[in-house]
Amino acid sequence: MKLEDCKLGGTHLKSSDFEKCKVLTTEWTPNLGYAWDNGVAIGRYLAELKEGKIIARICHECHRIMLPPRMFCELCFRPTDEWTYVEDTGVVNTFSIARVNWDASRRGPKEPPLIPAVIEIDGATKGMGILHMLGEIGPDDVKIGMKVRAVWKKPEDRTGAITDILYFKPVRAAASKKAAAGRKR
Amino acid sequence: MAITEKMTKTTTPTHWEGDIPVRFVYTYGLAGETFFRAIKDKGTFLATRCDACDVTFLPPKIYCDRCFEELDKFVDVGTIGHVDTFTVTFKNMDGSDKAKPRILAMIRIDGTDGGIIHYLEGISIEEVALGLPVKAIFKPKGQRKGGIEDIIGFGPVE
Amino acid sequence: MGMRKVAIVGAGITKFVRRAQETGKELSWQASKMALDSCGITLDDVDMVTLGTAPDAFDGVHMKGEYLADGAGAHRKPYMRHYVGGGTGVFSPIHGWMHVASGMADICLVVAEEKMSSCHPHPQGAFLTIFDHTTEQPLKPTLIWIFALEMNRYMQTYGISKADIARVSVKNKHNALDHPSAQVAEEITVEDVLASETLCWPVNRLDISPASDGAAAVVLASERVARRLTDKPIWIDGVGMSIDSAYWATRDLSYPRYVETAARMAYDMAGIKEPAKEIHIAEPYDPFDYKELHHMEGLMLCPRGEAARLTAEGYTARDGNLPICPSGGALGVGNPIAATGLMKVIEIFLQLRGEAGKRQVPGKPTCGLAQAWGDLMQMGTVIVLRS
Repeated sequence: MKLEDCKLGGTHLKSSDFEKCKVLTTEWTPNLGYAWDNGVAIGRYLAELKEGKIIARICHECHRIMLPPRMFCELCFRPTDEWTYVEDTGVVNTFSIARVNWDASRRGPKEPPLIPAVIEIDGATKGMGILHMLGEIGPDDVKIGMKVRAVWKKPEDRTGAITDILYFKPVRAAASKKAAAGRKR
Repeated sequence: MAITEKMTKTTTPTHWEGDIPVRFVYTYGLAGETFFRAIKDKGTFLATRCDACDVTFLPPKIYCDRCFEELDKFVDVGTIGHVDTFTVTFKNMDGSDKAKPRILAMIRIDGTDGGIIHYLEGISIEEVALGLPVKAIFKPKGQRKGGIEDIIGFGPVE
Repeated sequence: MGMRKVAIVGAGITKFVRRAQETGKELSWQASKMALDSCGITLDDVDMVTLGTAPDAFDGVHMKGEYLADGAGAHRKPYMRHYVGGGTGVFSPIHGWMHVASGMADICLVVAEEKMSSCHPHPQGAFLTIFDHTTEQPLKPTLIWIFALEMNRYMQTYGISKADIARVSVKNKHNALDHPSAQVAEEITVEDVLASETLCWPVNRLDISPASDGAAAVVLASERVARRLTDKPIWIDGVGMSIDSAYWATRDLSYPRYVETAARMAYDMAGIKEPAKEIHIAEPYDPFDYKELHHMEGLMLCPRGEAARLTAEGYTARDGNLPICPSGGALGVGNPIAATGLMKVIEIFLQLRGEAGKRQVPGKPTCGLAQAWGDLMQMGTVIVLRS
């Protein structure tokens, strides 16, 4: 068989076919709200974030200090053993300069890009990173390996959420600015 | 071996709320486009038939799901059928009472092996019965958009 | 292990398009019917059916497997839907292989479908919910973020530039010009990729495959039946799969270890000792251009950090020493997730039979592989085929 010799299905429609109603369609918006249980580990994690602290969980078998905390170790497949606080500082493992929003819409010309990053938190086992945002830094100045520190919401505004940390900012913004000079993103 | 801790403090955040923020636009497909255009423009039902398997599909398919052959001839089967089964709905989606109970029926369209799920109109709960002949009631042509809502319901055959 | 030999004996595919008029059922039927016709069998001959399709939230149909069943030829047959994110399409023939290798079926129809265009305003909205709902979703991530984060880490670790990576997009979109199903085939340059809209640095618009609608299908047969149906059965000699944890941010993002694990499983089964020499042609998953390089390394088709250099040297071109994505891949043919993986399997099937038309690679390859990858950057699926 050769694909070239076959009549292939798949009828392409242009977006204008929808706008001009050349094709019949029906619409549905699911009306579903969810309440996801936190469980013990994430429940405590969020409660500590509300207090302005980051908490991790230790496995005595593999000796990892795990973040986000979890009640079982997925490598050793046994319960984890104790809680420990880690720092609210860390190192940028990797980052992006995002000019699109979650729904693929574009950020406006006056909106600064978002800078999501994987941040390896100090005090956790090396490589134990979390997803968060960088702030107080221009897109041209960010680099892998830079030291960052959490910027917290005011205590009265915290709700027990990952967003109780507003973002992470460079520990020494001035020094990293020079290093990144000449790189345009 | 078990998880070593239980949640004891009731002030701890216990759940996180969210949703899945999408909406969907469905095309009717090749068969569906023909089917709903006929409802919109002509106020009638089209079916496809597989002679080999002796099945008449309504709503129509472009293939026979038994033998998998292509079906490309649409036949007008009219708008009369009979009640294959029914239920009476007393509640709205949110659990509140309906102002008036409605009869939802599976209507087998005559001459086909398929049918349509829709409301019965102008037929009382006392009158409804399995096998009752019914006929589609359409919205006025100008109000029809090409969809299942172009059918108001099924009513008595005069 | 007492398993039977299994061959691919037929294949079918639709065009990949941004918005298809066909329903998912109709797309599935078009691909499935073509696959049955290609090996001269009818639905009566099919013992079991398996269907791969990615999240229900794309098509907007719950119980999508059940919905698609009649279009996939499953009417009153044993049938199961499987789903491992972007890894689904290559898992599909593996799932079918299990049915036939185990002796449960002599002929298994394997179907993969995706209709992403139903999802508005963009299928990205459905991707939001693959992130952890409590610790990640409140940050409003897009799927592009994790690709951008991984690509940046990969570039930094091995000193690779955006231009090095852009060559993959240029190559695959060029290759796709010869694929009858192709959605976004075009002749572009590295400069075009670099100049295209920056979405999430380092990812530009032309670094990414499109959202697509489409379906693909293959027919699998036991050895006895396969030899009766065709002179050119293509044997499934190795299958592998591996999943890492969903704690993606705690992983080495510069190397897909789970793809290596999956590849080792498949190579062991196929008796492959030196994949870089013994594999003649490969279709790694390329939803983003750097992923092709990432996966070549995970598949041990080249040393780590070397894939970009080999691409620049033309080693992975259709007439190179190791043709990679001669179909045009997800970047060129399009990316209806599950169907893409199966499209790649079909490409290897056709190439090994010498039936790939203008896409045919020189040198009569006899051993090829297809690979897919998915879930939260954690799933690897690999299949090794031989003529």
